[in-house]
Amino acid sequence: MLALTLILIPLIGSLVLLLLKGSSVSSSKNTALVVSLITLAIAIYAFTTFSPQSTIGVKYSWMKDLNINFHISIDGISLLLVLLTAFLVPLIITSTFKHTYKNHASFYALILLAETALMGVFMARDIFLFYFFYEAALIPVYFIAAIWGGKDAPRITFKMFVYTIFGSLFMLVALVYLYMKGASADIDQLATTAKLLSPNAQNLLFWAFFIAFAIKMPVLPFHTWQPDAYSESPTPATMLLSGLLSKMGVYGLIRIMLPLAPVGVANWGQFGMILSIIGLIYGSIIAIQQNNIKRLIAYSSFAHMGLMAAGVLSGNINGIQGALLQMVAHGVNAVGLFFIVKIIYDRTGTRDLSALGGITQKTPALSIYFMIIMLGSVALPLTNGFVGEFLLLKGVYDKNAWLGGFAGLTIILGAVYMLRLMQRSMFGESNDITAKFKDVSGSEVAVLLPITAIVLVMGLFPNVFLKITEPAVNSILQMMK
Amino acid sequence: MYPILVLSVTGLVTLFLGFLKSKKILLPASLLFVAIAFLSNFIDWNAPGLYFYDMLEASNLSIVFSSIILLSAFLVMALSKGFLDDEHAHPAEYFAILQFSLVGAIMMTNFQNLIMLFVGVEILSVSMYILTGSDKRNIRGNEAALKYFLMGSFATGIMLFGIAMLYGANYTFNISDARTLLLQPVTDVRPVFLYVGVTFLLIGLLFKVSAAPFHFWTPDVYEGAPTIFTTFMSTVVKTAGFAAIYRILEVSFSPMYNFWWVMIVTMALLSLFISNITAVSQNSFKRMLAFSSISHAGYMLLAIVGLNNKSGDSIVFYSLAYALATISAFGVLMIVSKDRLVDGRPNENIAVLNGLSKKSPFLAAVLAISMLSLAGIPLTAGFWGKFYVFTDAASRGHIWVLVIAIMMSAVGIYYYFKPIIAAYMKEGEGENIRLSAFYKIILGFTTAGSILLGLFPDLLRELL
Repeated sequence: MLALTLILIPLIGSLVLLLLKGSSVSSSKNTALVVSLITLAIAIYAFTTFSPQSTIGVKYSWMKDLNINFHISIDGISLLLVLLTAFLVPLIITSTFKHTYKNHASFYALILLAETALMGVFMARDIFLFYFFYEAALIPVYFIAAIWGGKDAPRITFKMFVYTIFGSLFMLVALVYLYMKGASADIDQLATTAKLLSPNAQNLLFWAFFIAFAIKMPVLPFHTWQPDAYSESPTPATMLLSGLLSKMGVYGLIRIMLPLAPVGVANWGQFGMILSIIGLIYGSIIAIQQNNIKRLIAYSSFAHMGLMAAGVLSGNINGIQGALLQMVAHGVNAVGLFFIVKIIYDRTGTRDLSALGGITQKTPALSIYFMIIMLGSVALPLTNGFVGEFLLLKGVYDKNAWLGGFAGLTIILGAVYMLRLMQRSMFGESNDITAKFKDVSGSEVAVLLPITAIVLVMGLFPNVFLKITEPAVNSILQMMK
Repeated sequence: MYPILVLSVTGLVTLFLGFLKSKKILLPASLLFVAIAFLSNFIDWNAPGLYFYDMLEASNLSIVFSSIILLSAFLVMALSKGFLDDEHAHPAEYFAILQFSLVGAIMMTNFQNLIMLFVGVEILSVSMYILTGSDKRNIRGNEAALKYFLMGSFATGIMLFGIAMLYGANYTFNISDARTLLLQPVTDVRPVFLYVGVTFLLIGLLFKVSAAPFHFWTPDVYEGAPTIFTTFMSTVVKTAGFAAIYRILEVSFSPMYNFWWVMIVTMALLSLFISNITAVSQNSFKRMLAFSSISHAGYMLLAIVGLNNKSGDSIVFYSLAYALATISAFGVLMIVSKDRLVDGRPNENIAVLNGLSKKSPFLAAVLAISMLSLAGIPLTAGFWGKFYVFTDAASRGHIWVLVIAIMMSAVGIYYYFKPIIAAYMKEGEGENIRLSAFYKIILGFTTAGSILLGLFPDLLRELL
């Protein structure tokens, strides 16, 4: 029941918002915030009562004659991502408080709808339910990005939409195929079916899944939609995309691809890792040369996702655990960074790095927040990025030392582009544009403070999170044997 | 079975109602008649049996098919409210013809005898020829009607030829007896008549559902006909056509699967290819929906390609999902294009939808959901429709067919989003659109149906 409320509450909230269309801007904002906070409270309650032995979940018949069920359940992996979603959505909503969007009720309703679908993705245990939510999550975000985005948004977000749907259709073929073979839509049961398939079929399954999830994350060479979409979308949509929707891709790799195409992963996983790591280096190098700060963060996201994909594809416990931890860390950091970009843009009207500088003198508070989040992003010890990245590199290294070496470049390259961003925007002499930079306001602190707190808490106590996911990761590794 | 009787009588009554001075009563009366037919349909529910000397068979599946046909007809008729304002219209005749055509459509869902199939197809087709050309002053409508008539009568001729050949091969018109004959082992080869007969019969029927390569009439006819009849054509005729194709293949010729599946799969893939690729470059919303209708014929053929005991259910679901979305889409087009004339004709380009979200958020939402449903995006009925036909195709092991079909549905997303983008992201001219409560109820119903079936597909599947 607890699991179901996590889906229902945002859903009901979004319907209420749609029905109260005529209400004032502040009431839509507050309703959305309250709903997302209730969801967060439930998620935290689930976290405190969670034990790996007991499963929280429900199973209703959805299509009786086809044996397809509405089956949701929370294990450690799900819990981590549910927490991430529940934590980020209120922050994303708060981050919009200074802005008044036209058709505000629909805007917030769509954010809550996206949360509903994300919760569904992270808890679904039935392949078709997973697919259903996986696709459903994209629709609200597409509309947010396209309607409230920049001038070029309709074209760019449309590319994103078609591209990702095209990818997930491959997954649909694979799922239907597995379902036909296994006469069941339950992921755990299908894992046993998958083992009986021929290596050839397994390879095809691997590619179907890999393309679908690689487009979503994205991983090289399927990333072409991402930088444009991230930079043209309004910031809340960018936050949803980078903080949460990209995590559906990694989650899919762990939850769907590893158990359902284990032989395929064994045969082709290394190739996927090579792609991911090339993407990582390529993304980092472009990020180093970017002057548009939003695009810079977009490329850094792309680089980080590459490392996570490589970690999962390594198929060992370190890689997967690292990826899980890094998903949370990157989700939090990306939202924080995009928010800081938004703050800078709102105040100065530019995203051009060369036009900025000296913001520290005007608002030391902002640069402290920025510094902490930035350090999390470059994986300094004692911040949230460190443990995840370390485990990821260990996982990749265990699988293939050469790849591990190349993946290790992320530490250096990441530091280069992030420090460059920090230095050029925050430090130095202030100029005409940044001279009147206002200090951070209350609602902005309300977003930045929880994020920086999590950056430090996760860096100091990574074990809290690692312990939750470990049994679930082990059981997935067991399924692959 | 009963709707056939009801509608034959009420059709005549409607003709006589035309003598009344006030034409206002015609629409409510016709709606009432169709509603009565709809209810009478369920008298035979769970009471299968043969009627009229084994000419018709009532079964739950055929009842569900006829219910979808009657429901679509009801909704389409309800949308024709504005159409009556035209002083040149002859509402009594049109409503009567619509009811007669439904008689034919229902015969196509429950025929037990090939003669009945032929009679049903003819009743439906002749009505459609007339309705296509009903706007006499529209030269494109006249052209469309003539084109449809000429090509349609050829197709009917071929179908009749096929039926004759089948009689020559089986010595019976009864479709169950034909199956019994097919199941008996033969020492000799089966007569070539049989194969030619099946092929010709299918060609005739596939023409009616506008599957490629028999689709050439579709875009012109859809575009030329008044939108209200285009809607009727693309929902009622298509559902009836597929009910007939499914029935003849399932009841009679399923033992010959290895013979006809090659033909069906070729046509399914051709339909998907031609329609989706061509639809991408269309500027006219109506023409785009015409190609979309061809592509949906292709998807529904996939259920036949994977013929199994669930295929009928899949086609039922698909038909309903498709009908709801299509009625929404055409309904919006009808309302929006009515007052936007170009050269004296309603402007039916996609551009007419520009800025719709500001002019009428309700219509924009209806349009968006119908497009999402046609594109087969989850949360809408269209997704499950596609899902079922894909699983059917996969159940016979045709994974490659599935891969091609899925590629084509990705292409489909591209053009189905054009109207959405126009409605939400482009600036349009013109005033706000005021919508009567009546239209709101009808379009609200179709939209809610699309969403409900998208969330709870078992609502319909449980019935079957």
